[in-house]
Amino acid sequence: MSALIRNGRIEADDFAVLADDQTFPEGRKVIISLARWQAEAVLHQAKNLIVGVHLPNTVSVDELWPILQSAPLVLLEFPAFGDGRAYSQARTLRDRYGYSGEIRAFGGAVVRDQLQAMQRCGIDAFVLRQDQDPQRCLDAFKDFSIAYQRAADRMPLVASLRRRTR
Amino acid sequence: MYRYDSYDQKLVDERVAQFRDQTRRFLAGQIPEDEFRALRLRNGLYIQRFAPMLRISIPYGLLSSKQMRMLAHIARKYDKGYGHFTTRQNIQFNWPKLPEVPDILADLASVQMHAIQTSGNCIRNITSDHLAGVAKDELIDPRPYCEITRQWATFHPEFNWLPRKFKIAFSSTTTDRAATRVHDIGVHIVRNDAGELGYSIYVGGGLGRMPMIAPLIREFLPELDLLSYLEAVLRVYNRLGRRDNIHRARVKILVKEVGPAKFTEMVEAEWAKIRDGALRLQPQDLDLMRGHFTEFHYDPAAGNDTSYHQRQQSDSAFAAWSKRNLKPHRQPGYSAAFVSLKAPGIAPGDVTAEQMDALAELADLYSFGELRATHDQNLVFADVRQQDLYPLWLRLRELGLATPNIGLLTDLICCPGLDFCSLANAGSIGVAQDIFDRFEDLDYQHDIGEIKIKMSGCMNGCGHHTVGHIGILGVDKKGEEWYQVTLGGSAENDASLGDRTGPSIARADIAEAVERIVGVYLDQRSSSDESFLQTYRRIGMQPFKERIYASDSAGVTA
Ligand code: SF4
Repeated sequence: MSALIRNGRIEADDFAVLADDQTFPEGRKVIISLARWQAEAVLHQAKNLIVGVHLPNTVSVDELWPILQSAPLVLLEFPAFGDGRAYSQARTLRDRYGYSGEIRAFGGAVVRDQLQAMQRCGIDAFVLRQDQDPQRCLDAFKDFSIAYQRAADRMPLVASLRRRTR
Repeated sequence: MYRYDSYDQKLVDERVAQFRDQTRRFLAGQIPEDEFRALRLRNGLYIQRFAPMLRISIPYGLLSSKQMRMLAHIARKYDKGYGHFTTRQNIQFNWPKLPEVPDILADLASVQMHAIQTSGNCIRNITSDHLAGVAKDELIDPRPYCEITRQWATFHPEFNWLPRKFKIAFSSTTTDRAATRVHDIGVHIVRNDAGELGYSIYVGGGLGRMPMIAPLIREFLPELDLLSYLEAVLRVYNRLGRRDNIHRARVKILVKEVGPAKFTEMVEAEWAKIRDGALRLQPQDLDLMRGHFTEFHYDPAAGNDTSYHQRQQSDSAFAAWSKRNLKPHRQPGYSAAFVSLKAPGIAPGDVTAEQMDALAELADLYSFGELRATHDQNLVFADVRQQDLYPLWLRLRELGLATPNIGLLTDLICCPGLDFCSLANAGSIGVAQDIFDRFEDLDYQHDIGEIKIKMSGCMNGCGHHTVGHIGILGVDKKGEEWYQVTLGGSAENDASLGDRTGPSIARADIAEAVERIVGVYLDQRSSSDESFLQTYRRIGMQPFKERIYASDSAGVTA
């Protein structure tokens, strides 16, 4: 089992990823594919389930926002160390649309050395890659204490600090 | 020049600590090799043919004497006593040892330097005109805009894992000395008809395989919208740039595949959503930044000096250097003095630790403690008083740094090639030497006039061969070193890509081929005012082709 870091803490994962052919289990939080989310919207909403959606990193958040806004969780994929597409999806969700649900990262690039940048882009939950030591990963959020550019987090901004000291 | 405040310093220090920890974890087996590779690249560290190579960032080419002394220290302490200036205004060291690299970065941080984002698929060092702030043909000093962009790009959390490297260059002059249109984004600072400052934005230029000249995607962008527009371009690229094939991953391919019009439309749509947001610059931010690049206290009497002209009369070697290596300065009585790093027997761009120390001293004595790296792998003292030129030259000559060849044939640029680079097909430094030997005679070079030879050891084109007036590209032919030659390239305002002459040419014949090309030019030019490039554009390839591959006499083996 991969560990989950959520809001800066190691937590138990309360969501299960549901394959497209699995039926909705009673009283569980699940994550389903985007295709199923689109096809069975009526079904999962009617059942009063808590259902998150898994967004492929190739799709446009701008186009999908109308159907994403009700999701309590959006799962973003970071399949390889060098594939940074979902960083832009995260920022679009958080910054542009003010999405307030959980943005969760999973995949081969969810490792110690990418966590802080992911957090800066608005991701608040991380399904760590199997080989990662969750305790040590928590240190990642302390790598940098200030930032040059405004993003989707609360890191103190150099420009604001400068205006204050002037 | 820009001086760090406590925030800039803190960020660089935190970066050193981060990389120190990453290096430690890698050496302890806790980070896989390929992931550490991506991390070290973002700190300038390559593994080259024989050893690691560390590329240090020199934002828009500007260096203080103190920083130059630190580079000398690094060359001595961690390297083999020299460094190599690149075509992107950076410096590379070829022999650092991995466990020592965090210490090198800490030493750099102590003088406000770093190697952040000098390689890897992220936003690279911002480059600009090496005569920024002193050039006569400049609209406004581009460096405050470069620094604003540098800060925005540094550790940008969204754009650290792009499909491919991303280079941004600024120009603010009628003569583009920063080769902006072969960059991923070229920014031209302009004034519109209403007299307002802003930018023309070009996207999708690049060298390497499939070289492209960037198309204009926005004629006029208002001054305060710089960062939001750059962010829009980067976001479109991060989302849609190709990731399936490393050779098709640069933004130029995306621009080409969707077409400049459609690409522009996507950028504009993205920009419309963010232009009024937090990225909009505040006028006071710009003022603050401009305050870092104020003019020096120039000597108002500098123009009264008469010694300079006397020295030129009495010393013909000094006169030759002055003619070639000085460029006009806006301040009367001042010049920009170029330091040629193209001497016979030395790889273009190489400087020893002793030379670095001496250059730092000269900067302190004669040029307000600053010097600059150029795109042609030379250095320049940008603010020298006329009366100081002679003593400056005397010292440069002692140091072997006064070859009067700026802009001439032997002021060629070349990548490290087979001698250092693991990707090379062929050597480039050796070919540079052959060309040096053949064109030793400076009078001959002066007669030929301005000509840019650019050379790369492989298709990646680090030596910018596709935009050389004469481009030379190393190719591998059954394990032997051969060279493809192109003519008519240019990286300036009239940017164009060179055309191939024909079949590739053997190593032994390449200098001969260059001589023949030059011979055709000298025979055909309408007057000595017609440059090589102009002649080529007028007469075309055929006459050159005929002479290069003529089967008579010694004949170039193709
Ligand atoms: S052009 Fe090729 S050989 Fe030359 S430095 Fe670049 S990658 Fe290496």
